[in-house]
Amino acid sequence: MDAVSASTRSVALHELAHGRAGDKGDRLNVSVIAYRPEFYPLIARAVTVERVRELFAERRPGEIARYDLPRLGALNFVIDGVLDGGVNASLNLDGHGKSLSFRLLEMEIEVSEETIGLIDNLREENQ
Amino acid sequence: MADPGFRIGCGAGFGGDRLDAAVPVVAALAEAGGPACLMFETLAERTLALAQLERAAGRIGYDAHLEGRLSPVLKTCLDNRIAIVGNFGAADPEGAAKAIADLAKRLGCRAPKIAIVGGDDLLSGSNDADLAALLATGVPEGERVISANAYLGAREIAAALTGGADVVVTGRVADPALAVGPIVAHFGWDFDDCDLIAAATMAGHLLECGAQVTGGYFCDPGFKDVDGLEAIGFPICEVSADGSLVVTKPRSTGGCVNEWTVKEQLLYEIHDPAAYLTPDVVLDLTAVEVREIGRDRVRVSGARGRRRPDTLKATVCYDGGFVGEGEISYAGPNALARARAAMATVKRRVDKDLKFRADLIGSTSLFADDGGRFIATRDLPSTTDVRLRIAVASTDKRSVEAAVYEVGALYTCGPAGGGGVRTSVRSRVSTGSVLVPRASVTPSYRFHGEA
Repeated sequence: MDAVSASTRSVALHELAHGRAGDKGDRLNVSVIAYRPEFYPLIARAVTVERVRELFAERRPGEIARYDLPRLGALNFVIDGVLDGGVNASLNLDGHGKSLSFRLLEMEIEVSEETIGLIDNLREENQ
Repeated sequence: MADPGFRIGCGAGFGGDRLDAAVPVVAALAEAGGPACLMFETLAERTLALAQLERAAGRIGYDAHLEGRLSPVLKTCLDNRIAIVGNFGAADPEGAAKAIADLAKRLGCRAPKIAIVGGDDLLSGSNDADLAALLATGVPEGERVISANAYLGAREIAAALTGGADVVVTGRVADPALAVGPIVAHFGWDFDDCDLIAAATMAGHLLECGAQVTGGYFCDPGFKDVDGLEAIGFPICEVSADGSLVVTKPRSTGGCVNEWTVKEQLLYEIHDPAAYLTPDVVLDLTAVEVREIGRDRVRVSGARGRRRPDTLKATVCYDGGFVGEGEISYAGPNALARARAAMATVKRRVDKDLKFRADLIGSTSLFADDGGRFIATRDLPSTTDVRLRIAVASTDKRSVEAAVYEVGALYTCGPAGGGGVRTSVRSRVSTGSVLVPRASVTPSYRFHGEA
């Protein structure tokens, strides 16, 4: 679908996907789950380890692993060393990092007009 | 599906969960009439250390809300032979068992057969020097281990249920084991049948956080709308003899079960989806399929398993020193600049050896790092209503108290217009993790009232 789309727009990943953060010690995982199967290839292309590293740069991430789950239309990111020592050591109000799924969902993604149409349909269905 | 086989409901997904959550779950299980079980997960990483400290101080060492959770459902469960399995024993499973026996008597129930699973506590009564040395690797040099508990598997829970237990009280077990035990006991599955144990583990993983799979910790208005959060239905999993699962919830409750809610919980706290390590099996989620088969009914299939790991994870807890917090608010024109000035002022006045963090609540707090780099370098959302929060940590209580005192002093020392100071200082428990050889851990169970 990319070949035919002349114009693109930037939207937050939050428009295309949902997710949840979990913690184990100083390691964070964030799932990114496509709202529609059509969004999955786009998300898999755009939401790279490098871009996730940039979003969490101030937390000085260690290793970042991305696991692809095409059957679920989902990615799972495992990000080491970004919880300031984890819930029992961090001074963050949210020491678990539970809110950080929404940090990842802030990522700006370039999408085609066709995808914008699909997003609009999805939001209408949800009304 | 004609015969759902076995139903397992969840009555709590963490220690602070709603006390009335299990009521509609138990009503639905009783109405369905088939074989069923109710699980409670009430034990977070730190909960055990806190419980240990409570017990050492002569207070209650098991889940403080145990009676509140069980009172409204115990009689119905006993009358309908719905077994109850919970890790609400925390640091004192024996005490919890006694409390449940007393509660049953007070409620006029038949006397329940209560099993106690033990062996997770690696400190009490242990004189294994090698184990002690291994556990010490999980805490910083010079720190004393307060508690050390291994995550046990499901075998003792299953054996206790097969032996006729109405209630199984555990301390630390792997959360999914609270479901694996009852499922295996019901179907008589072999713990060496890795794919079936994987299916049961997946059921436990989906159930263990309660309303996280039924639309609770999911709702995002306009994107993922969920009705009735104030009366959200906790999950029930229908398990078939072939290991297939359907996740659902009681009728006439709030929330929802759909493909999205199930996928979010499926990947919750998962690292490598091909290798989720548990004491009973290594679970592989990569071939799992999630499909809506009806209103609030989602079929989940395709879990695969490999042989369980040779080691068990243990959480070790140690004294984490003191944390102090101080907050003050600024509003109206130039509020963010005044809050930033206050932040810089306090930082210059506190002991440089303290671990220090500052947040500008209303503009930037949760996404920022302890090191202050996010706030120093990113463009912050503007706001005209902002609350400065500082947090400090140290093993020295006096320097923590002195630091939070500085927030109050901003009342007269400026900047302008600060109000609403609140401060607190508390001690905390920190945790580490160690992998322990199975040979060092001896899980067991016995019935309450028997020697």
